[in-house]
Amino acid sequence: MIEVEGLTKRYGRKLAVDHLSFQVRPGVVTGFLGPNGAGKSTTMRMMLDLDNPTSGSVRIDGRMYHELADPLKHIGALLEAKAMHGGRTAYNNLLCLAQSNRIPRQRVDQVLDMVGLTAVAKRKSKGFSLGMGQRLGIASALLGDPEILMFDEPVNGLDPEGIHWIRTLMKALAAEGRTVFVSSHLMSEMALTADHLIVIGQGRLLANTSMADFIQQNSRSFARVRTPQPEQLRDALRGAGLAATETDNGTFEVEGSETEALGELAATHRITLHELSAQRASLEEAFMQMTAEAVEYHAHAGPGEGAPPAGPVPGQVPAGQGAPGAGQAQGPARGQQPPAPQTWGQDWNQGQDQRSKGA
Amino acid sequence: MSAVQPSRGAQDPAAAGGVYVSPIPVRRAHLGDAIVAEWTKIRSVRSTLWTLGGLIVAFLGTGLVIAWGVAVTSVERSSGTALSFGFFGALLGLICVMTLGVLTFSSEFSTGLIRTTLTACPSRARVLGAKAVVYFAVVFSLMLALTWSTAVLQIVILDARSPRPGEWISATLGVSLYMALLGVLSQALGALVKHAAGAITAMLGVVLLPLVLALFLISPLPKVSDVLLTYSIPSQLASFYPALGGFAGENGGSGPTGWTSLWILVGVTALAMGGAYAALERRDT
Repeated sequence: MIEVEGLTKRYGRKLAVDHLSFQVRPGVVTGFLGPNGAGKSTTMRMMLDLDNPTSGSVRIDGRMYHELADPLKHIGALLEAKAMHGGRTAYNNLLCLAQSNRIPRQRVDQVLDMVGLTAVAKRKSKGFSLGMGQRLGIASALLGDPEILMFDEPVNGLDPEGIHWIRTLMKALAAEGRTVFVSSHLMSEMALTADHLIVIGQGRLLANTSMADFIQQNSRSFARVRTPQPEQLRDALRGAGLAATETDNGTFEVEGSETEALGELAATHRITLHELSAQRASLEEAFMQMTAEAVEYHAHAGPGEGAPPAGPVPGQVPAGQGAPGAGQAQGPARGQQPPAPQTWGQDWNQGQDQRSKGA
Repeated sequence: MSAVQPSRGAQDPAAAGGVYVSPIPVRRAHLGDAIVAEWTKIRSVRSTLWTLGGLIVAFLGTGLVIAWGVAVTSVERSSGTALSFGFFGALLGLICVMTLGVLTFSSEFSTGLIRTTLTACPSRARVLGAKAVVYFAVVFSLMLALTWSTAVLQIVILDARSPRPGEWISATLGVSLYMALLGVLSQALGALVKHAAGAITAMLGVVLLPLVLALFLISPLPKVSDVLLTYSIPSQLASFYPALGGFAGENGGSGPTGWTSLWILVGVTALAMGGAYAALERRDT
């Protein structure tokens, strides 16, 4: 159990973490989500007593971090994969950690085996790949067999096999009754692992909710219908009392109806359909909308390239009211989003803009 | 003894209210564990081998070459002089002791290991203490062996009479203590400055600057220049050797005796360690 109370960190005039209060409960994987620079790592460092908070407090199992005599047995953390001395072997890196907390020597072999590094235990860790470094970091977190585990961006740089391994590991650790706290900037990753979500942006708490609630509130589902006879379909939908938004000539997004019912409706009115598919707004987009205002580092994308599908939406968007086109297709009609809003990159490098138009 | 909790296994979550309890026995860790850990750290990196190897070569080599050179050219056979040839090796060895001392901390900062270290041991005082104890012990025991064996060899080569016990202890035990303390002072600077290059430069400044300043101040401020010369680290180190101004009190000179130098360095090191503690405590890592 981790309790964070009014945690604040100020660097000069910049407020990196702004009165964060939340609890991380045992038995579930808690995702700590936020865009880059949102204050995730700073918060985690303050939780480990590495950075001094400007105000507020963190309690680990009811105690301050520095009151723990052998912290590794209470909390294991993976901060950066390379927080090891490259000149030391994997085994020695773990051994000195174990010794400082009176953890039996054989536990080092155990965790090395657990993360699959036994074969390279006697190799210097500076020759390790990113994935191996990450595994070594996880081994050091597991060393004390702690009740609380913290992972800062654990899947960074891992191959699919490694990512799958970490997901399974985190779920298994939580199932054993441990507190698992994982940070990430990838909603899609969290959707697969986390049971609970804490979302921050610019150091402020944006959401503290269970994953199921987050999905329910933020995923808008609708049906996409495309027809060469838009007038007839519009009338038919109105006749059936269904709300539809016409996104493109002949393409409708219909909410509150199943595709089966829509297909039958079209059949009764003898309307030809070119597409009928169930759509679901991705969680990634819900997350992007939630944090749109809080994103610190926007890329200056050139016209029409790489801009987010929906422009920054002010504030939190109520469920089901996403901007038109927020439905990232999971069906066949990928890439049917409206053109990126013209505000993006317009004020930036006008000369280049004109040149590309002239070309 | 430490309380060994019964290992309520993970298989019995009901006993712990659903919260995971590790089967690993819990024994409270203390300074001794931190010292064991630091010992593992220092013996498991290559830089220790290189710098301490350098120290052995520099100290023993310089001592023997000088003794041999003097033996073939000079006729002097005073016991004090024979011991004093250890000074040049000690001066060279100082560089190795300072470098490794700085590295014990700066390498943790440069690799990010310091975060792991402090997460495992949140007490900054314990981390500092353990590092200092281990490094002091390593340098002291190595220096004691080196000064003693070099002195014996020098006396044999020069065929000098056996020195007085006071001279003998000063040139071996005293020098070893002084060097080990300088090592701890370098550690404190490593913790304060964080970057290896910066900290080593700072340490060189501590050693050389008083001498350089003294040269500049000879004519405008002769008194200050004098004090700087007498109390600079090379002069203090020299004060342990009988023929190099050591035992100055007995010989009517003005400089400190070796043991005074030692107390001065104890004070300086304690101050630097205090500063390092404050920095570790207040700084974000």
